[in-house]
Amino acid sequence: MTTTVRRHPQKVSLRDRLLRLAGTVTTPLLPDDYLDLIAPLRAGAPLRGRIVAVRPETRDAATLVIQPGRGWRGHLPGQYVRLGVDVDGVRQWRAYSVTSAPGAADSRITVTVKAIPDGKVSNHLVRRIRPGTIVQLDQAQGDFVLPTATPERVLFLTAGSGITPVMAMLRAGLTDRADVVLVHCAPTRDDVIFGAELRALADRGAVRLVERHTDTTGQLDVTELDDLVPDHAQRHTWACGPVGLLDAAETHWAARGAAERLYIERFRPTVITPGEGGSVNFTGTGVTVQADGATTLLDAGESAGVLMPSGCRMGICFGCVVPLRQGAVRDLRNGDVTTAVPGDGVAIQTCVSAAAGTCDIEL
Amino acid sequence: MTVIQKKADNPIAHLSAEDIEIIGKELDAIRDRVIADRGERDARYIRKVIKTQRTLEISSRAVLLFSLFPPAWIVGTAGLTIAKILDNMEIGHNVLHGQWDWMRDPKIHSTTWDWDHVSPADQWKQSHNELHHRFTNVVGKDNDLGYGIMRVDEDQPWHPMHLGQPVWNLLNAAFFEYGIAAYDMELGDHLKQKRLKDPKFRAKAKAVGRKIRKQVLKDYVVHPLLSGPSFLSTLAATFTANLIRNVWSHSVIMCGHFPSGVETFEKTSIEGETRGEWYLRQMLGSANISGPRLLHIMTGNLSFQIEHHLFPDLPSNRYQEIAPEVRALFDRYGLRYTTGPLPKQVASAWWKVIRLSLPNRRDRRQPATPGPLVPSGVA
Repeated sequence: MTTTVRRHPQKVSLRDRLLRLAGTVTTPLLPDDYLDLIAPLRAGAPLRGRIVAVRPETRDAATLVIQPGRGWRGHLPGQYVRLGVDVDGVRQWRAYSVTSAPGAADSRITVTVKAIPDGKVSNHLVRRIRPGTIVQLDQAQGDFVLPTATPERVLFLTAGSGITPVMAMLRAGLTDRADVVLVHCAPTRDDVIFGAELRALADRGAVRLVERHTDTTGQLDVTELDDLVPDHAQRHTWACGPVGLLDAAETHWAARGAAERLYIERFRPTVITPGEGGSVNFTGTGVTVQADGATTLLDAGESAGVLMPSGCRMGICFGCVVPLRQGAVRDLRNGDVTTAVPGDGVAIQTCVSAAAGTCDIEL
Repeated sequence: MTVIQKKADNPIAHLSAEDIEIIGKELDAIRDRVIADRGERDARYIRKVIKTQRTLEISSRAVLLFSLFPPAWIVGTAGLTIAKILDNMEIGHNVLHGQWDWMRDPKIHSTTWDWDHVSPADQWKQSHNELHHRFTNVVGKDNDLGYGIMRVDEDQPWHPMHLGQPVWNLLNAAFFEYGIAAYDMELGDHLKQKRLKDPKFRAKAKAVGRKIRKQVLKDYVVHPLLSGPSFLSTLAATFTANLIRNVWSHSVIMCGHFPSGVETFEKTSIEGETRGEWYLRQMLGSANISGPRLLHIMTGNLSFQIEHHLFPDLPSNRYQEIAPEVRALFDRYGLRYTTGPLPKQVASAWWKVIRLSLPNRRDRRQPATPGPLVPSGVA
């Protein structure tokens, strides 16, 4: 027997009707394109934020105060936000932990960025960005968050900018509900991001703070935790910092049979190292081919039977432009390498690009 | 213009194959330098132009709501005309060329952009970026040589239909965007070969129909209706703006490849063409327009047609900056850099349209055997 699902009459709001009418006058643009000129943060717009203030934290870190657009749905302490910022005219996306507690009255959020050597985006955010700049945002995401039932005893093991997600948790009042120990590593006392605020918390007994200044006392060996925080294996531990520290922590906690009480946040989950040629996956077609570094992606795809958009085949018409979801490609005309991770929004000309590593091409 | 291979005084006869490859390398170096330097300044430029265009368009349309009042009509029509020209030339044409794709801004990208033009962006990109820019001035391959309705080269065969081409050209100027749309969907070919039922063609025609409907609705129905008592005067204003925009872009585009001094090429000459030879063809097949900065912006920097054809994907604001270097290269290799003020170039192009409406004179008969592009042993 066939049943039909009754269709609910679609309610079209007055706002939608007006927008549709306005669209007949703005075509081929949308009314939104005009509204973007005057109200980029309005409800219904793609999520953006305005930089309200830039506060230096250390010699190489700064906090950005951001007024998110009306579409911002808030965050949980420990989550990160992806930020799209134009550096040298090119849109770059990076993820940064939100360092403010949720629920600010003006709904502003902060992220704290540490400039890494040669970091295109981090240096721009720490040293060059000016209040008033509009940046692109994504909704907060990430599962480096506290469980709904707060554990009684908590350890944070952080290094460098690894303090940032933890700061949001501390600011959200965790210290009122739990016994908190923070072991934090930084090169010197002055390099400790939020140093003054953390020390103030420690002074009034809200947390036990163990600062490790690695320039003078060397890198932290996680086995030292046996002395520094004797009950660390019993504590629910959140660790955030460089890969070496996190790997060591994983091994250590596993050896203590406490792996399930360790939660870690890894920065830069994907590191793209360009090489010569690689495996090219044409997503949506199920085809993967091995392409060498001299074969264009267009040729590689076509010879594997993939239907690909194409045009002049010499790099001038842009008829072959498709998204590079992730991976690295090399422009065969001048050797320039372009890399992408998901969400970067990178599009490439397949007729002049060759694989420079594993690539996912979206078709 | 006669295809270069048949000319008695072949303007590239003095170049060796090596010279041509060096020219190519020098041009590659200019391109690489611009790309390495491309950045925030350029991004700011295009965003400013887009913002100006949008502000001008919306405020002109607002002024036209009161177009019964003559000063409002004049100001509104002038503003709307300029906005429409900016939309098509400095913004639309160049964004659709992918000149701004490097910014990775999905809102200013060749794959997402649409323009105030009855030819849909994807159809235009195919016929313009892929065919015209690749086969520039190759007789029989580059249909921009006369758009299939005119004879603009001695080597195109004469047909009695060409007697009327000064009139066709005038009509094409007035309704240029429709001409382009018909051209992009290859309407002429499909009419001639009675292939109007071809599904691909029908899909293209449908897309054009949709764009025409939207533009007509916007310019000739909704906007006049919103003007209330100013209905008719607003209608006249939007029609005028479209007309002037059409004539303007037609004039600019005629100046790109039709004026005297521009060379054309044989079909066979591009077989196995090297990068250097491709560059050389672009150098000789295009002409610039000289004038002040405002003119360049209003032409979408197609006044630097030579630079644009050499580097179709470089940001348009850069053409003016590299022009002296490009010109010096022409001088160094004894090549003619065709340029002139707008009225002169327009007149030159029109003169060609008029002159070639008649068959070639006997004494202009061409030698029977075409030579290679470069006589001195370059295949």
